[in-house]
Amino acid sequence: MKGYRKVIEIAGLAKTFTLHNQGGAVIEVMRDAALRVEPGECVGLTGASGAGKSTLMRMVWGNYLAAAGSIIVAGVDVAQAAPREVIALRRGQMSYVSQFLRVLPRVPTLDVVAEPLLLQGLDEAAAHDRARALLARLNIPQALWSLSPTTFSGGEQQRVNIARGFIRAVPVLLLDEPTASLDAANREVVLTLIAEAKARGAAILGIFHDEGARARVCDRLVDVTAFAPHAA
Amino acid sequence: MTPLLAVQGVTKRYGRHVGCLDVSFDLWPGEVMGIVGESGSGKSTLLACMAGHIAPDAGRVVFDTRAEGPVDTVQMSEPARRMLARTDWAFVHQNPRDGLRTGVSAGGNVGERLMAVGARHYGDIRAAATDWLGRVEIDAGRIDDRPVTFSGGMQQRLQIARNLVTGPRLVFMDEPTGGLDVSVQARLLDLLRGLVRRMGLSAVIVTHDLAVARLLADRLMVMKDGRVVEAGLTDQVLDDPQHGYTQLLVASVLQV
Repeated sequence: MKGYRKVIEIAGLAKTFTLHNQGGAVIEVMRDAALRVEPGECVGLTGASGAGKSTLMRMVWGNYLAAAGSIIVAGVDVAQAAPREVIALRRGQMSYVSQFLRVLPRVPTLDVVAEPLLLQGLDEAAAHDRARALLARLNIPQALWSLSPTTFSGGEQQRVNIARGFIRAVPVLLLDEPTASLDAANREVVLTLIAEAKARGAAILGIFHDEGARARVCDRLVDVTAFAPHAA
Repeated sequence: MTPLLAVQGVTKRYGRHVGCLDVSFDLWPGEVMGIVGESGSGKSTLLACMAGHIAPDAGRVVFDTRAEGPVDTVQMSEPARRMLARTDWAFVHQNPRDGLRTGVSAGGNVGERLMAVGARHYGDIRAAATDWLGRVEIDAGRIDDRPVTFSGGMQQRLQIARNLVTGPRLVFMDEPTGGLDVSVQARLLDLLRGLVRRMGLSAVIVTHDLAVARLLADRLMVMKDGRVVEAGLTDQVLDDPQHGYTQLLVASVLQV
């Protein structure tokens, strides 16, 4: 897995949706998308709502299937890989902070945040230590750590999601609006976490509607409007 | 690496009716495979064929045994398959009463499976049973009570303890959260996830509940009329379903 200068490299990527229950309508949403992200670099995706930023990011994570093209992530082509290769990639190399926190009810916040480390085989005590440190940094009150995040406010849930995404020092980070519903202090914490991840060499692909945040952390911007089928 | 379980062309017919048709997939160590589909889609028939409860009409179910490596369990002798079912395999039924002995105490239910693989020391068996009741969050004070005095959720947890006490490598589960209240379901799912992770288990889970599949399974197969219509990573199948039937299933889930 070592020695890949470009950690994310996308070429000729296309996406279509076929709606079988709506007369088999085929919707072409992306054509010939290409971008690369190098270690220590943060690339921001821009474009209006519906232009395909999240779609592109989901194809990198592997929960959307590519219609054509390649998505090389840490040496694995996600567009072609078998499910177990993508599972291994997610377990060891890649984190995704989505806009939604999807967790089991009743599971304490501390366990939700520690889970990615436990899946990597780290022992519970060490994983919980790291989770506590990150939750404290993100200003989640200690009284909430033993509770399920399902009842938390939107901003608290987002910070739990961020803690979960940043708990491992993975080479690839996907961030979908990580500062969207945060107050100024917590936004600052998240921007610092992103800067630290870049400093240790992580390749980051992000969507930031917050222009100030974008200007602070992004080294380059890629406008996905250029990948719209009608633009070609 | 060798798959733990390789299912190849498994077919089962009931007269003119198709149970499951030409199903193939590999299950890798540590993976959880979910099988979803509506009632009558063939998912339970397929599970029963894999677990050796019914004999398929065609196909192979190759399990990577500890002693001899990959062996087709369909062609195995009945005693050998039973031994596998008691040691490396486990089967969790939807109805805990199908997987428990109701006339025997909770501790006896767990200890019995240990005795079936040769444990004889009473103190050791009782200690293992106590340990497992704790792991499935049943109070040790209930060890001598019979499972009929337990709630549905406790019975299901006891069934899981009975199944996992021998340290199996592969667990088959048929609608494990089926008849339980939603709050009890969440507790059981959390428990199952923890056990799968800590014991490095592989599992095949049949469920009609897509939310359960999302939370437990790494990979998903969607069945309809005995056939696999779609398979892939769980979140890919649920977030970007390719087959019309899967699209219909996903679109039919009520949002809470």
